[in-house]
Formats: sequence, C-alpha cells, structure tokens
Amino acid sequence: MNIIKRFSLGLLITLFLSISANADKIRIGTEGAYPPWNSKDSSGKLIGFEVELAWSLCRYIGKQCEIVEQDWDGMIPALLSRKFDAIMAGMSITAERQKVITFSQGYADEVASLAVMKGSSLEGLDTPEGINLSLGGSDVKKALKTLTGALAGKTVCVQTATIHQNFLDSGDVGKVNVRTYKTQDEVNLDLASGRCDAALAAAVAFTDYAEKSGKAVVLTGPTFSGGAFGNGVGVGVRQGGDDAIGQRDAELLRAFNKAIDQARKDGVISRLAIKWFGFDASM
Amino acid sequence: MDVDLIVTSFPKLLSASLVTLKLLSSSLFIGLFIGLLFAILRLNKNLIVSKFAYGYSYVFRGTPLLVQIFIIYYGLGQIESLRESIFWTILKEPYWCAIIAFALNTGAYTSEILRSAFQTIKPGFIEAGKSLGIKNKIIFYKIQIPIAIRQSLPAYGNEIILMMKGTSLASTVTLMDLTGVAKYIISTTFKPIEVFIIAGSIYLFMTFIIHNLIKYLEKKYSF
Repeated sequence: MNIIKRFSLGLLITLFLSISANADKIRIGTEGAYPPWNSKDSSGKLIGFEVELAWSLCRYIGKQCEIVEQDWDGMIPALLSRKFDAIMAGMSITAERQKVITFSQGYADEVASLAVMKGSSLEGLDTPEGINLSLGGSDVKKALKTLTGALAGKTVCVQTATIHQNFLDSGDVGKVNVRTYKTQDEVNLDLASGRCDAALAAAVAFTDYAEKSGKAVVLTGPTFSGGAFGNGVGVGVRQGGDDAIGQRDAELLRAFNKAIDQARKDGVISRLAIKWFGFDASM
Repeated sequence: MDVDLIVTSFPKLLSASLVTLKLLSSSLFIGLFIGLLFAILRLNKNLIVSKFAYGYSYVFRGTPLLVQIFIIYYGLGQIESLRESIFWTILKEPYWCAIIAFALNTGAYTSEILRSAFQTIKPGFIEAGKSLGIKNKIIFYKIQIPIAIRQSLPAYGNEIILMMKGTSLASTVTLMDLTGVAKYIISTTFKPIEVFIIAGSIYLFMTFIIHNLIKYLEKKYSF
C-alpha cells in the first residue's frame, strides 16, 4: 500500500511539473495534410506556410511554441477542450465558426476553385474568371446560374467541415450530390479515380496535387471568394471570458494580432507566402 | 449539455442508422454464404483446396478492416485498367465497396466459426446416420449443417455485434451511415459529446436487440 501511495504521489508530482512547465508554452494546432498551407515531409516533420509562419509569430510574441497535429474534423472541438491554444490550419474566418471560437485578423487569403480531370464535360465553363459572393450583382448571379446548370446531378467532392462544403450545402449552386472526405488527399484520390465529377477546395490545393502527382487535374469555372468562403485565413482562438483562463485567451488573441501586424510590416508573411504558394497570398 | 441539439439530431441519426442496418444485413447475408463455402473448402481432404481456404481466412482476419476498405476503395480505384472494365460500375460506388469489404471480412470469421463447429460434431451423430443407411449428402444437409449452425450460434452472435460496430468504418469512404451523419452534424455544430452520446446509444440499442435475438435462438434450438 505504501509503495502504491508513494508511486502515485511521485506520478502526481511529475504530472504537475510537466503541466506547469507547459503552462507558458503556446500550443498551436494544425492539420498537416493541406499543402501548401500545412503538410508533412517524407520524414513526418510538419512543414508548410503556416508552420513557418507560426514559428515567426511566436518569435514576435516572445514565447515558446509547440505545434500539435490534429485531424481537421476535430480541430475546433480540440481547441475548445484545450488540447491546444490556437488553430493555424488554413481555417477561413466565417460567421459560422465565429459562433464558437474567435479569430485573429486574417494573415493570408486565397481563392477556392472547382477542379475536374482533363477532358471532363465541366471543363471550360462560360463564367467570369472570379466571383466575390459578398459583392453580389448580376455577374455573380449569372455565374451561379451557369454553375447550377452544369453541376445538376453531378457528384462534387469536398473535405468535411470546410467552407467548400458549406458553400455546396448552401444551395447557391442548386442541388448537387455532395460527397465529404476526412482529408483533402482523399478528395484528390477520388477526383483522379473518376468517382467525383468535380471537387471544390482551395485552388492551390489542386495545383499542388497536380504538380506533385502528375495527374491531369485542371481548374474550371470561376474562382470563389467572399460569402460562404469567409474573409481570409486567421488564427483561431477560444473566445475570451472574465475569469482568469478567459482573460488569458483574450490576451493570446491580442498577442497574435500584434504579432501579425509586425510580421506583415516586416514583410515576413509576404516572403513566406511567395515561398510556399508561388504568389503573394498575404493579407 | 445542449439538450436542443440532442433533440434535433436524434431523428437524423435514427434515419442514418437505417443505412447502418442495411450495410450490416447485406454484408452478413453475403458473408454467411462465403463463410459456409470456405468452411466446407477448409474441411476438404485436398490439401491445396484447404490451404487456399485457410489463406483467405488468414489474410482477412489478420489485417484491420479499415485497411481492407481502403485497399478496396482507394487502392483498386488507382488501377487504370480496372477503371475501364465493367467492374468499375460496382467499385465506383462507395456503398458496394463497403459491402464487399465487410462481406469478405465477416466471411473469413464466419468460415472459422463454422469450421470449428463442424469439427466439434460428435462422430456418433454421423455414424448413427450411416448405420440407418442415410446417404452422405443427406447426412451433411440434415445432420451436420443444423448441428453446426446451432453450435456456432453464440460465437456468430458475437461476430454480428462486431460487424455492426465495424460498419462505422463505412463513414471513411464517404457513406452517410450512423457515424457518418454524426460526424456531419459535429462538423457544423462543433459539439461532439452530445452527438456521439446519441450515436453510441443507438449502437448500444442495436447490440441489445441482436444479443437478445441470438439468446432466443439459442434457447429455441437447444438440445
């Protein structure tokens, strides 16, 4: 009995020490499966635009950081249950997500697009180059009508719990057969195998896949922004509160906003964006 | 606890459990025939035939169900010549890929359950039949199979419950079964606890029904 008591006391102390050692570290959750935003190299190390940006932001904040891997579909629940303190996972700032968490200012933005395999009947749709759903207008309406006609009865694949899924579910392009996947990799695989007539995701996710796999994936239709597609990608943080923990969350949000300001001014975000996206996606 | 969410998601999850039941019953139905066939092959005196049957059950019992589904769904989809063959009309559909994987998996386990049941039949039963001048074929259908089925009921009941839980993997190949719909609701509400508790309760209720059904059958056919 004595041994058990001593052992559990020792365990408790170690646990307490490890918790207090971690208390000052900012833990940042990312998916590691959405290149070029965040992904993993062949040795399993996290790489990508947001991984490097996270390290930079932490230097600006002046605290130690730890990057934690988390499946996309559990990202927000994991933040809420304090598995980590911030999300940097290509997560767009949307009203729906802002009901449960809060976002820093946006640090990068890039458009979404439909992709099909070369030779598909959906190639070369008669739409403007890009539409902004927040602006509206006759151009947007006409483009959505064209898309509604073209996509009727087609299977469109998206990653689950994304702005792309929200857009298809919103009914803006009529009733399409939406198929949802856990990761973007699986969307790409099923697009290439022909199970999906089209897929919707960040345009760079498709160009990155086409480049790396050599598959004949091509973008089609307009690029999308605004509306269901949110207002850029920001750092997701828990909503602050009046208690001590809530104040720490609010403090963290302020720290991230300040760090993003500084990183933008120093040209760090632009430099990293050009490195990973091939164009300046910073905002 | 968000009681509203529990109330609104319950009917959605309930109708999704119909997909789960459909997947379960079709794969069990096909799996039972596969299992019976391979159990008989396994008892064949020809060594090549029995080794082949053993190899099948070894492979499908020795690899995770998730891996089997991924190989059938994503793996076969990568083979270009297959995509141009007529098999693609079936393999294109996630529903059929899931059923093929589940049926092959449960078939392997069922074959083992039935094989051991055949082997535990007391030789006396068969000898008694023979001494009455009954043909071998009739002995097999009227004596061996009914006894084997009765012997394997408890183990098979477990297999049904394991398979029922296994169908939750269908959600990984885009099917909207009970787990798939639960994940979908969570992806828009970000509240996993409420939704998974209801989904879990529905699974538990199905287990309760299956368990009691098997218990009833065991009693009815006891000897």
